[in-house]
Amino acid sequence: MGKLLGGVRVVDVTTFVTGPLTTKGLSDLGAEVIKIETRGRARGGAVNLSHTDTSKLSITLNFTSPKGLELAHRLVAQSDIVVENHAPGTLNRRGLGYEDLKKIKPDIIMLSSCMQGQTGPYASHAAFGHQLAALTGINQITGWPDREPGWVGPYTDFVAPRYNIIAILAALEYRSQTGKGQYLDMSQCEAGAQFMAPAILDCVVNRQVANRMGNKYASAAPHNAYRCQGEDRWCAIAVFTDEEWQSFCKVIGNPALAKNPRFSTVLARKDNEEELDKLVSEWTINRPAEEVMNSMQAAGVAAGAVETIEDQMDKDPHLKYRNFFRELDRPGGGGKYRAPPGPHFLLSKTPYELRRGPLLGEHNDYVFKDILGLSNEDIAELVNEGVIG
Amino acid sequence: MADKREGMLRPYRALDLTDEKGLLCGKILGDLGADVIKIERPAGDPARSIGPFYHNEPDPEKSLFWFALNTSKRGITLNIESADGKEIFKKLVKNADFVIESFPPGYLDTLGLGYSALEKINPAVILVSITPFGQTGPYRDWKTADIVAWAMGGEMALFSDIDRPPVRISHHSQAYLHTGADGAMGALAALYHRRKTGEGQQVDVSIFESAAQNTPISTTTAWDIRKTPLQWRGHESPNSAHKAKQLWPCKDGWVSWAYGGNTPGLPLVGWMESEGFTNDVVKGFDWNRPDFAQAPQEVVDQIEEPTGRFFMSHTKAELLDGAVMRQIMLYPVATTADMLENPQLIAREFWVDVEHAELGIRITYPGGFGISSEIPPRISRRAPLIGEHNQEIYEKELGITREQLVILKEGGVI
Repeated sequence: MGKLLGGVRVVDVTTFVTGPLTTKGLSDLGAEVIKIETRGRARGGAVNLSHTDTSKLSITLNFTSPKGLELAHRLVAQSDIVVENHAPGTLNRRGLGYEDLKKIKPDIIMLSSCMQGQTGPYASHAAFGHQLAALTGINQITGWPDREPGWVGPYTDFVAPRYNIIAILAALEYRSQTGKGQYLDMSQCEAGAQFMAPAILDCVVNRQVANRMGNKYASAAPHNAYRCQGEDRWCAIAVFTDEEWQSFCKVIGNPALAKNPRFSTVLARKDNEEELDKLVSEWTINRPAEEVMNSMQAAGVAAGAVETIEDQMDKDPHLKYRNFFRELDRPGGGGKYRAPPGPHFLLSKTPYELRRGPLLGEHNDYVFKDILGLSNEDIAELVNEGVIG
Repeated sequence: MADKREGMLRPYRALDLTDEKGLLCGKILGDLGADVIKIERPAGDPARSIGPFYHNEPDPEKSLFWFALNTSKRGITLNIESADGKEIFKKLVKNADFVIESFPPGYLDTLGLGYSALEKINPAVILVSITPFGQTGPYRDWKTADIVAWAMGGEMALFSDIDRPPVRISHHSQAYLHTGADGAMGALAALYHRRKTGEGQQVDVSIFESAAQNTPISTTTAWDIRKTPLQWRGHESPNSAHKAKQLWPCKDGWVSWAYGGNTPGLPLVGWMESEGFTNDVVKGFDWNRPDFAQAPQEVVDQIEEPTGRFFMSHTKAELLDGAVMRQIMLYPVATTADMLENPQLIAREFWVDVEHAELGIRITYPGGFGISSEIPPRISRRAPLIGEHNQEIYEKELGITREQLVILKEGGVI
């Protein structure tokens, strides 16, 4: 039913964004993801309570203490997957490296995700996704040719989890075939480089270095975001074929333009693109972005409003229809909240169920008693000793 | 090229009907070892007309875009709209585990090849459908383009200069790559379910939603809790008393570095000062103050001034090396040429040379997306030529005779 990965247990030793998004991809599909946290540390870096932890369980365990490490080992012995994204070497030093865990659970699947991989001269370097977007070539090709590279935020933080989740699902499949677990060394830089592949080949073969092109696209015009009515409102429009051009001219109520030789072919439209952009803007500026989008799409021209987070979460009828942002009970009571969306796809026979994120240590009883078989007295003692937070 | 296919998905076969919107999905499955057969229309897939091209020659067999996204696939041509084409396709579905498509919703149904038809032929088959807006909802029949997906997905409103239109990422579509990866993720989730139950299903992947998945968590949260539109458009630093510079010119390009937030300035300042780039504000600044975001603009400007001069005195390669040595959270803005020379990627043997015998060369590609202690993802063969494996699959596997193949060719079926 709602628990596609039901029966799969994941030990989650992740922080910041890439790691938690990786395990969120598993928990939202029904895996039992147990996030190990410590009360002393800020939760998940800058990210607010529970937002990347939907459908996960939380325990507070200080695994840097010998007793805590032993409990962590006992938990791994009853788990299928371990995911971590600490600086390379950190978990090895703490007795939670793959070689240690393999002895405890020979078919364990362990994934380490970091900036640049577990090996090589730059392995130990820490940085944020914000900067890694630069190293993976994305900033260089974002923005305007006459200006500095464009800022794209922590772009690779959203590329890497995808490859991480794919690798884990493939590893589960491989374990079913062979009975073997494995260690997965995932570099966020190498994931990001996948998304540069065509431009990389262009550099290898033609010695052409990809640069910023604004919103221009080789074979389309109009192809830009056009200012619409209201403050900072815009609509993207992309016209590729002559047929789309004819439709476009009809929508803007200017059939004469369709016959104007300055714009009637792709080559002509590309040659006179700036003039064309002005013409388009003169029409869009007096209309709401949604109206531009709706009328273009009704005529078969690709167009889309530049949506803000408000548009997406509160207004867009399509995302609402598909229940993209789901309302969940706030952990600990006190109303509802909406977390980042669930799985990146919908399955026709196994709909997903998004569950609220956990409170810190909310599942200590379940994990320490039901899974690890500790008594109330054991737990009280461990709490006293600071092993259980 | 001999088939050197191995990998975690070796037992499985995928039929790939996608155009540019979904090509990455099959590449990922192929790099993981699945037998992926790209099915193109007889004239070749429209994605072959997308540049860049080998030596800038616009030829369907020389599209580098095509090369990059179709590694580890074999290729056949088939017109699935023709009666013979449909029958052949159905035969292929019998032995397929995945069918990947990116047609408009409902198109395969009109051909009698939608999920309900495929399920009858092979109940275990997994149909991955990649579309602009998904299989349901008011926008389901709308068209997309990368710039449209990026706009609606929320990525353009978040960043960009305030005095110009919001921008997409240039060149090949990023949105389609996110969606392709999401399709592969969905395919493998459905495969897991199939292993437990024996049943296949349809995977619905929306390009719009794949793009919207890239919104920073802080933005979703800020809107949900405080109705604050957290965005960086116009390079504003939200929740900050000043505007901090993010991208700086250096001797031979640009470098990404920002003071404040979670990026402590001290190691960089130490390096700068050791080379004489400093001033009184830098010297007297308390680098441990936790409220850097509240530092006034004048102070930040003063700190940034010698920083800018320091960057201008170094190359990208020097800054990368120094950042790694000194644990500074800084990276140069790499060009594709810089990426190819990145010492870390070279040390990890990330780049792989793939033979293109018909062009008489080997081309360097980004290699596997991860390293596995068992059996890593890797490129097993270059992208297929048009109809390259027709004979292999139609004659040897399906037992179609040479004579029949001639008829099918003349009939425009293959």
